[in-house]
Amino acid sequence: MPAEVIIPLQQHIGAPCNPLVKVEERVLVGQKIGDSDSYVSAPVHSSVSGRVVAIEPRLIHTGDKVLSIVIASDEKQEVAPSHGLSDEEAMDSDKVRAVIRTAGLVGLGGAAFPTHVKLTPPKDKPISDVIINGCECEPYIAGDHRNMLENPEAIVDGLKIILRILGAKKGYIAIETNKIDAIRHINDLISSEENIKVVPLTAKYPQGAEKQLIQAVLCKEVPSGCIPCEVEALVQNVGTTIAISEAIRKGKPLIERVLSIAGDGVREPKNLRVKIGTPASHLIEECGGLKGNPGKIIFGGPMTGFALFDLNTPIVKGTSGIVILPKEMVPVSDPRACIRCGKCVQVCPIYIMPNFIGQYIEVGMIDNAEEASVMDCIECGLCGYVCPAQRPLIQLIRHAKAKITDNRRKGGK
Amino acid sequence: MDTSIIIKAVLALGGAGLVLGALLAVASKIFHVEIDPKVELIREFLPGANCGACGYPGCDGLAEAIAKGEALSSACVAGGSEIAEQIAGIMGIDIKEEKVAKKALVCCGGGKNEVAHRYIYDGELDCRMAQQIGKGPSLCSYGCLGFGSCAAACPFGAIIMGEDGLPLIDWKKCCGCGVCVEICPRGIIALVSENEEVHVLCHSHDKGKTVRSICKKGCIGCKACEKVCEFDAIHVVDNLAVINHEKCTGCKNCVEKCPTNCITVLLESPHVHPKKQVVTKTVN
Repeated sequence: MPAEVIIPLQQHIGAPCNPLVKVEERVLVGQKIGDSDSYVSAPVHSSVSGRVVAIEPRLIHTGDKVLSIVIASDEKQEVAPSHGLSDEEAMDSDKVRAVIRTAGLVGLGGAAFPTHVKLTPPKDKPISDVIINGCECEPYIAGDHRNMLENPEAIVDGLKIILRILGAKKGYIAIETNKIDAIRHINDLISSEENIKVVPLTAKYPQGAEKQLIQAVLCKEVPSGCIPCEVEALVQNVGTTIAISEAIRKGKPLIERVLSIAGDGVREPKNLRVKIGTPASHLIEECGGLKGNPGKIIFGGPMTGFALFDLNTPIVKGTSGIVILPKEMVPVSDPRACIRCGKCVQVCPIYIMPNFIGQYIEVGMIDNAEEASVMDCIECGLCGYVCPAQRPLIQLIRHAKAKITDNRRKGGK
Repeated sequence: MDTSIIIKAVLALGGAGLVLGALLAVASKIFHVEIDPKVELIREFLPGANCGACGYPGCDGLAEAIAKGEALSSACVAGGSEIAEQIAGIMGIDIKEEKVAKKALVCCGGGKNEVAHRYIYDGELDCRMAQQIGKGPSLCSYGCLGFGSCAAACPFGAIIMGEDGLPLIDWKKCCGCGVCVEICPRGIIALVSENEEVHVLCHSHDKGKTVRSICKKGCIGCKACEKVCEFDAIHVVDNLAVINHEKCTGCKNCVEKCPTNCITVLLESPHVHPKKQVVTKTVN
């Protein structure tokens, strides 16, 4: 239990929340402390009971300073009265979505997109297949595996809720074959269910990426520039599915999540269920501390995560893990010219050509990069990882994507 | 030999020539394009190297732009002041009164001796890349990152990185093309007129206390400049002093008053290099 939690008012994609509490006010576990009128947003709740000590901008993992509510815990963990909903069957779809929004649910896979928005597909695009993503998003991260072993009932229950409110026909639970125990476990549970199926998949990266998963499970490719509802599919992470079940059955808001503290730079790597807002330093202590001087501490996975520079950075809803790599595992990059080996083209999961795109961007030909589908890049980081010339492909691509988005926004006005 | 064949051929070709010539003459009258005589005159003075340094498609393009008033008479980089004066003569303006060309100015005084880094950055040495990693390694989230993307991008080689980690801009070479302004991820490079004398060399909107803790040369928003200005030309907006150059008379009262010396007179600015070359009556 951390002595102090830092709860940023924006932990999701969308509009930031406004604080609902004042400094010195006492808050309870699960009390809503921030909300927004905007549709694409999700409220935040206190994860501890205690006193609000400050409402000020604090550093989060992206390097931004975000208005945050700092709460000093009184260690009593007094729970705020829940709205006590349990009769899910009596609720219509809109009511379920409203409950999900109130609980502050966002995608726990990493992107943190508000769940109620995701569960509201456009009217003309019905969803027929729902995929529960049990593939870990990245190496080192193993929180989803733990979730599937410890809370499979909630996963199946959450999936049923999603299927019902969307009127979807089939539910799939995609699990990589290196988690054979989870596959067995969930298969036993769903033996009586006709429309739910476990899909074992080869363990590879990036299997857990939404569009790649749809391709693997349904053999359908999401068209360029589209979202999965285009192929009548919807993907939810196992953590989110459990949270949906808990929000509906128990009225529990999203105040904690499962994450992995992993890597060779920490003494005892663990999967932990932690309160949102816990500083990273507290979790590293919980895992026996650092092994020597670490090379890099990464929020999220090693491929797409954010390197930390302040250990007081709080865990947010979208943090899937903290990876601590020792010095010798952190490569020193020494980028050179492209040697035209084509390895990046070979590994690219969305079949674009990072080699050419990288060169375009380097010389400022952003339009050509856009033509070469740079916007479809899912930023998995494989191209840069395999590049023998150590070219900073992903950085270049991110730069171009930001530029293009910026241009489009300006053009839109 | 039958001479009639020759006569026929001459008549046929000559006749066709006459008819087509008449057609062309009519067409040139009907489809006549009005060309500003100035364009041709200006074009004669331009060097004709088509180097493109002015940013226009060759000398013809620049001549047209100058005639239309879109480009300055001094826009030709290769031509220098002599040609600029001649062109100004064609345009009927006094080169000295013409709007002074804009030059790039780095609005940040926080070099690496001033502002510490909050983490060790070992990625590519490019400001735009560094900015992606936790919004840049520099403690100040507004100031110069110092990796020299502007210097690498400058098409005229007018920018070099100084020893203090800040870009130095050689105003003799700077053409005010704005490439560096565009490339800087933190937007700290501004295009300024040479006759605007006083500038605030800070871009930080942080509160005074925060600025003081990370940089000795930043604007702390103390409003001393605002109080001392007799012309209502300087105001602190969102913790940063902003000068209205239309009202500024260059009296330098604020420069003397500023406790952190972030308000500077252009000629003394450390980022314009080398200092003496700044005083150029005619541009280039």
